[in-house]
Amino acid sequence: MTIVDVATEELVYERPDALSETFTHYCPGCTHGVAHRLIAEVLDELHLRERAIGVAPVGCAVFAYNYFEVDFAEAAHGRAPAMATGIKRVRPQNIVFTYQGDGDLASIGMAEIVHAAARGENITVIFINNAVYGMTGGQMAPTSLPGQKTTSSPNGRDIETMGMPIRVSELLAGMPGASYVVRRSLHNVKEINKARKAIRTAFQAQVDGMGFSMVELLSNCPTNWGMPVAESMKWIEEQMVPYYPLGDYKVAPELK
Amino acid sequence: MAKGRVEIDDNRCKGCALCTTACPQHVLFMADDQLNARGYHPALLEDPDGHCTGCALCAVICPDACIKVYRYVTRRSIAASL
Repeated sequence: MTIVDVATEELVYERPDALSETFTHYCPGCTHGVAHRLIAEVLDELHLRERAIGVAPVGCAVFAYNYFEVDFAEAAHGRAPAMATGIKRVRPQNIVFTYQGDGDLASIGMAEIVHAAARGENITVIFINNAVYGMTGGQMAPTSLPGQKTTSSPNGRDIETMGMPIRVSELLAGMPGASYVVRRSLHNVKEINKARKAIRTAFQAQVDGMGFSMVELLSNCPTNWGMPVAESMKWIEEQMVPYYPLGDYKVAPELK
Repeated sequence: MAKGRVEIDDNRCKGCALCTTACPQHVLFMADDQLNARGYHPALLEDPDGHCTGCALCAVICPDACIKVYRYVTRRSIAASL
């Protein structure tokens, strides 16, 4: 009998099964892809893939239904929480999530999201905040920062006439029906890992029947911000995070 | 000896270079002389001295989920003598 060292190779990271093989249409370096992957990983991890129903928004993520190996519905602009409400009420055994951008959720869909949170609908919302309307060509969004230059605010957002950007997490944390409302960022590996944990908790909240859960993810838009990808990640950290502080805005005591 | 390696799906890579910014060992580069089927310069592992640790930070930041990470492990086992 002899003792030998056997060298083997272990796979430590691969594409999650819940992501489809379709190539995404997102621009190079867009963190939509990161957010998609995190959701897919969490669905795999919690074994929710067969039960999950996603609701895609209007915006850059309009084709999200092609990118996940789960059932999906496509909502009218901003109406994803209303559609998710309907799906969840008819099929309470399913796990229903919406994936919305800031133009979709914080502008045209503001009424739907506020009322879904107020009613405490047992759905999960993944909110991508990149401070700009991406799909339509980089117009100013309700979340664009003061002084931010966009195609519809070429001299920068003037807060005298356009007001201050809306902090959605803080707003929805005030709703009694919300169980889990947090803001995370996708600008570096550390923050991405934190975002992944938050998405997991948000889905767990729904599994446990806790009511409305939302994860806001600060994201980039290199194309419409007009900067290289690495610089856009820095822009999130230096410009967005100070105005949109990362943190937990509402966590039900049972989830702590 | 390298502790790990990565496999990059060339055709899925969009050449955003985020993995090269995340790599703590600086063993990932953009293949400036190669194009993939969709016209992007894909990322490339160049690790002749075996610095890759298989930490998977590149895979965590990759927006296109095109990086597979392997780690080499050595296990002690009892072999029957012949």
